[in-house]
Amino acid sequence: MDENVKWNHGFKIDIDKHRVSKRVNLNNRVKNIFAFSTLLVMVVLVVLLYDIIRESIGWLNWEFLMKNLSIFPEKAGIRGAILGTLYLMVIVIPVTLILGVATAIFIEEYAKDGLLQRMIRVNISNLASVPSVIFGLLGLTFFSRALGLGSSILAGGLTMSLLVLPIVVVAAQEAIRAVPMFLREASYGMGADKWTTIWRVVLPVALPGILTGGILAISRAIGETAPLVVLGIPTLIMKIPTTLMDDFTALPIQIYYWTLDTVLTPEYAYLAAATIVVLLITLFLLNFSAIIIRNKFQKKL
Amino acid sequence: MDTIKIRNIIQQNIKNKKGVFDKIMPKFFLVMASISIIVTFGIVYTLLVDAMKFFAEVPLKEVFSTNLSPLSKNPTFGILPLLNGTILTTIIAMIVAVPAGLAAAIYLSQFANSKLRKVLKPVLEILAGIPTIVYGFFAYSFVTPLLMNMIPTLGAKNALSPGIVMGIMIIPMVASLSEDAMNAVPEIIKDGAYGLGSTKLETTFRVIIPSSISGIIASIVLAISRAIGETMIVTIASGSSKNFTFDITQSMQTMTAYIVEFTSGDAGSGTIGYYSLYAVGLILLIFTLVMNLLAQYISKKYREVY
Repeated sequence: MDENVKWNHGFKIDIDKHRVSKRVNLNNRVKNIFAFSTLLVMVVLVVLLYDIIRESIGWLNWEFLMKNLSIFPEKAGIRGAILGTLYLMVIVIPVTLILGVATAIFIEEYAKDGLLQRMIRVNISNLASVPSVIFGLLGLTFFSRALGLGSSILAGGLTMSLLVLPIVVVAAQEAIRAVPMFLREASYGMGADKWTTIWRVVLPVALPGILTGGILAISRAIGETAPLVVLGIPTLIMKIPTTLMDDFTALPIQIYYWTLDTVLTPEYAYLAAATIVVLLITLFLLNFSAIIIRNKFQKKL
Repeated sequence: MDTIKIRNIIQQNIKNKKGVFDKIMPKFFLVMASISIIVTFGIVYTLLVDAMKFFAEVPLKEVFSTNLSPLSKNPTFGILPLLNGTILTTIIAMIVAVPAGLAAAIYLSQFANSKLRKVLKPVLEILAGIPTIVYGFFAYSFVTPLLMNMIPTLGAKNALSPGIVMGIMIIPMVASLSEDAMNAVPEIIKDGAYGLGSTKLETTFRVIIPSSISGIIASIVLAISRAIGETMIVTIASGSSKNFTFDITQSMQTMTAYIVEFTSGDAGSGTIGYYSLYAVGLILLIFTLVMNLLAQYISKKYREVY
């Protein structure tokens, strides 16, 4: 006689005494699988950082940052690439901030719930999903060839600005939307017109959110490679750029070319790794400052 | 603030009431906001114009062939090798990213306590913020040599290693979007399941996932779109072989890598090779656009409304 089977009014009933404990066991086992797989992601991050730092040791030093580019690995430095990235930011920061914040103000304050607003909003979300290499093609066709800017800092900076524009727009939109209505009403109540209200009340309150978005956009622009490579930036640029019309190299481009050339010169891998460390530290500092800004100003309101 | 100061401000405001700025600025904002639309049309226009020149020169039969040799004397422009490379690397990436991303999303949203979440979420954010060029270097200098130990026939450039690394890169995206979808399921429904005696696992698979499936699928579709458009990892680690092959241990080229190779090389303006760039770019744009519209459609159409 099977003791797990009972008869009740002619119906057979299975009674599994361990059913609950089995379910709990299964729960715990699967939970561990999920935890393990999440942990694996962390391990990958550690391995990635370890691999890059290990390869950069001995190559990353103050001299490496200060020397100009050279075909000889021992003599090569990334002064030009650092300056190139900085120059790039000289264009990207004002262009994206002005364009992005103005677009966000228009959507949130002026074109409320109109067809135009919806069009711009849909457009921004689609623009955010366009692959970066396509922006490179746009820059190549329009800025480099049609406007004759070549592979200059100006062409690269404008291309990059358009690429990161959606990030600033979305962040600025959210920041502006989060400004409480009563602040605007108080401003109107004191006789201020719409522009004064936006300039003196809305924007100052929304500033931390806008800055956070701006920093995220900048860190995206600093690491982005594909659009610059598509613009046709030459492999070896020894000259340090002096004007915005000069050819340039930037940190990610330098990493790209050095990684490609490791086949011929294995030492280039160390140079690429050292440049990556510089790039990652820069991005880390930027993101860290974004977090600080966010935390500091979040408390005030 | 004292009364006099406020009165001053009001008086000043009234004086400024008919200010020039209030009239000019809306127009300025309109112009700025239209630029984003102009950019979109600019992208479509530049791609279409030059892609049309390509399709006018190259017969469709050749386009959909497996012969791709753009730099030879009699250049042929079959796109199938590029499509094949793109699809294969994307599939590999998805095999890595979807299980790992969903597992992380489920663990973070259902199982992990708040202390663990505070550690794990920033790690995912760091992973998401690493530039793709760094992943490319990682694939080429670390993952490929590692895989070579296991698969001796693996080429120095191959589709497997960038596929895997691309998957790792996409994990945070799948994880955070799916987690958002799962967190959007109301607590009441969850509590209902717990009240009936379900374990967390049963609640997750029978209640949470079915209710948030539209968001989860949308996140996967977006991840596919991201993988299709990803450039630097495949350019560095997958090489530029234009052979039509399904052997993922060998080098193959994706659409994005083709664009990079051709522009950074010396594609003379006005040649068919130069126009082929835009044809590939157009197809790439259509692919990613369709994926994004699909994701938006899925998350809207099948969203559970509570």
